[in-house]
Amino acid sequence: MIPQRAGSSVYRVDGKDKVTGAARYAIDIKVPGMLHGHVVRSTRAHAKIVSIDVEEALSRPGVAAVVTGNDLTGLFPRFGHIIADHPILALDRVRYYGEPVALVVARTPYEAADAADDVRVHYEDLPVVITPEEALADGAPLLHETSYDSGDRSFAEARSEVGARTNVAHMAVLEWGDVEAGLREAAVVVESTVQFPMHYAYAMEPYNAIASFDNGMLEVISTAQHPFQVRDDLARIFSLPLNSVRVRSPLIGGGYGSKSYTKVEPLAAVAAWATGRPVRVALDVEGSIHTTRADSATIHVRSGFDADGRILAREFDILFNTGAYADNGPLVLTKCVHRCFGPYRIPNLRVRGRAVYTNTVPSSSYRGFGAPQGSFAGETNLDRAADILGIDPAQLRRINLVRPGEKHIPKRRGMDADLVADLDIVTSKLGWRNKPTAGRGIGFACSASDAGAFPLSTATVRILADGSVLVLTGSTEMGQGSKTALAQIAATELGVPLEKVQVVQSDTATTPYERTTGASRTTTLTGLAVQRACCDALSKMEEIAADVSGCRIEEVKTAEGVVAGPDFEYRFDQLVAEWFGGRQGEIVGHGVVRRAGDLEELPPFWEIGMVGVEVAVDEETGLVNVEHLVTVGDVGYAINPSLVEGQDLGAATQGLGGALFEQLIYDGPQLVNPNVVDYRVPRMKDMPRRISSVIVERQDGVGPYGAKGGGEGSLNPIAAAVAAAVARATGVWPDRLPLTAETVWGLIRADRQLPSDTNEVDDA
Amino acid sequence: MSTVTIDTFVNGQRVTRQVAPRMTLAEFLRDDLGLTGTKVSCEMQVCGACTVLIDDMPVSACTYLAADADSRRITTVEGLAHSDELHPIQAAFVENFAIQCGFCTPGFVMMTAALLRENPAPTAEEVAEYMDGNICRCTGYKPILSAVLDAAERLRGTE
Ligand code: FES
Ligand code: FES
Repeated sequence: MIPQRAGSSVYRVDGKDKVTGAARYAIDIKVPGMLHGHVVRSTRAHAKIVSIDVEEALSRPGVAAVVTGNDLTGLFPRFGHIIADHPILALDRVRYYGEPVALVVARTPYEAADAADDVRVHYEDLPVVITPEEALADGAPLLHETSYDSGDRSFAEARSEVGARTNVAHMAVLEWGDVEAGLREAAVVVESTVQFPMHYAYAMEPYNAIASFDNGMLEVISTAQHPFQVRDDLARIFSLPLNSVRVRSPLIGGGYGSKSYTKVEPLAAVAAWATGRPVRVALDVEGSIHTTRADSATIHVRSGFDADGRILAREFDILFNTGAYADNGPLVLTKCVHRCFGPYRIPNLRVRGRAVYTNTVPSSSYRGFGAPQGSFAGETNLDRAADILGIDPAQLRRINLVRPGEKHIPKRRGMDADLVADLDIVTSKLGWRNKPTAGRGIGFACSASDAGAFPLSTATVRILADGSVLVLTGSTEMGQGSKTALAQIAATELGVPLEKVQVVQSDTATTPYERTTGASRTTTLTGLAVQRACCDALSKMEEIAADVSGCRIEEVKTAEGVVAGPDFEYRFDQLVAEWFGGRQGEIVGHGVVRRAGDLEELPPFWEIGMVGVEVAVDEETGLVNVEHLVTVGDVGYAINPSLVEGQDLGAATQGLGGALFEQLIYDGPQLVNPNVVDYRVPRMKDMPRRISSVIVERQDGVGPYGAKGGGEGSLNPIAAAVAAAVARATGVWPDRLPLTAETVWGLIRADRQLPSDTNEVDDA
Repeated sequence: MSTVTIDTFVNGQRVTRQVAPRMTLAEFLRDDLGLTGTKVSCEMQVCGACTVLIDDMPVSACTYLAADADSRRITTVEGLAHSDELHPIQAAFVENFAIQCGFCTPGFVMMTAALLRENPAPTAEEVAEYMDGNICRCTGYKPILSAVLDAAERLRGTE
């Protein structure tokens, strides 16, 4: 392996800027003449807006405008890429506590915030539903009386006919075989129900955007993970052609899915439209929590096994609390439906998922995308089955895991990983022996996510007159290291040193189309587009060399940045100069990835989650300490192994936060902990005592050099692994998260007082 | 609106300004001086993204008033290195992959500077204890811990 090329752990190309403070995020950018918007939020969970009194606020110093839903006449007033149900500002009705009702635009953030106190909103309360059960009850108020299809066919996967108007935002079903027959035949049927709480991603840079109109062009700089998707929403709002909306995302201060799709950009844009000035809307953490959270879920599972532990049937019923607006909820639900049952051979399956509108903060994507909820249900159910069947839980998984190439979902890609081998790594690292030790427990779990999203990426590679290289891609850099990994791919393909390559990203007007930056797709799909763009640029170089030298194209070969023929050798800069004359010009290559060839079959790859933990539980206090964390990054080929390890540990740590501490709590109509004091995320002290991060490279992915995606896998099954470890340490199966000391203490006590067997077991 | 005059040294340069009494040090640094390396996240003194040094002591610039910085020395992440070369702490962060999105990084770097000034040879436990007020949502901390220990070694080596 050549240093700096694909396969080596080069330092991050953005590292120097990030340690010196030179790195620019959206929040660091100033536009001359910029005003500041402050969001006035609803103080009701569900109410009609009778009137909004803005006069007093308008008279405050520095205030340029107060924008409300009434001012949006003439615009398409909502956004939403699947279901366009999300008003930019409440339109005559609020559906959750904290919903944006008005935007005060002023000279300074202080003036805007001060005047915001003077906006008077008069409400007429409507009945409130906070839980899906309440929202589905007879006579529950309907949150949305009409349906709003966004009309985008590429999200067809996440669209369904719900039928008569109910609070079901989306329903998804996956079914094959005959579940009832499978369960009837089963020697053992294991039934369990789990509760998964609401999470907040807490990307440290809160949502922010600057918008301005310039010569009919709407320009937006924001924290968007998917600038092209935001562009499309904005174009619809203002009836602008796509070429007249430019969305740029500079470096992003954490995303984890929570910055996918449209957030504050329409607010900034309508303020700029109303005032004719550039406007920044920068939320604080509380505002960000009131913008997006992750779905909470109740999941009921029934699994039937034969006496040898082979799965005969599985049935899942998933209920998501998706909040007031759909956002990406339908897709998250659909993913949960496809991810909950695990990469096992299941002859009969039925999964029903429903995402339900409630008067709570809208939920959308968060790292793992339905997999964490689903795995927690599916994997703990499997572990309980192992107990009942008297089969080692690792063995139970080995029996049922699909083998390489085997399909676990009909008509989907076969398994592009060796799951049994991955599992064996976890159990051997953990020193797993199926023997209880008081106060200690080991747990492990697996998952496979249909990742990569829809395969659609493009990239441009420009070889400039001095031999330096520009890689243009619409994908965003939010910490995952795409700038570095894509530069490594280009350096490898072109045979140039890494420092000759610059990667320019995420500007809808100048970088080529990228559908999304999510679903762990960048290295695989954008990487392929970059690889193809390099290939295209090189073949153009060879054509030019043939032309310049008068030889046949077959005689020209390129290696290590040199184009050589029968009697010539050109460096890139020499060849560009020769072709154009003088030291000018450039050669441009373009790479396209679409659903064709190797990528015809979906998903583009399976993202494997294979993790294990050993925990120590203090019986007196219920405190859970993670003694050992094992992650397996089954990424096919690690373009940059240190970046892969970073993704695995980062994902696992977020997963541990969710398993042990994190939970947004509603008490009545409002959140009681919309801040990071009360919503506790992991600190350095919470680090597992020991961490084993294993990277597995079998070159079995469709991406460059056999790579496939990572970055979510190690989060997905971790809650299940922790729950199993706690169960083995305490003898009690947790059915909910987070496993705080208080919860675990309660579980232990309840168990000791009620020593009867609480497993719901049907022996058929 | 009333203002107060502050006379400070920021990264070694004397700066005299009129500021609003309620202006935070983070706003002063970022908006008035354009030193955007200092980041703001929680605004509640729990995440440490806004950590700067005042007279060599770490403070959360999100809740510290600019007015209180009068006649004090402020060091931000931009002022840590004295040349084009990275400061050993910064180099250690890059070389230990202690950075992902980088939004927490300036705060961790400054906190590390404060720690190593007080305690040039901290143990892993001491580092974790000292860093309890700094959140990183990306890395899982282990690379940051390695960077801090590595930086300590580098700094001891230069003495
Ligand atoms: S922003 Fe100051 S401590 Fe979080
Ligand atoms: S690197 Fe992103 S929060 Fe620390």
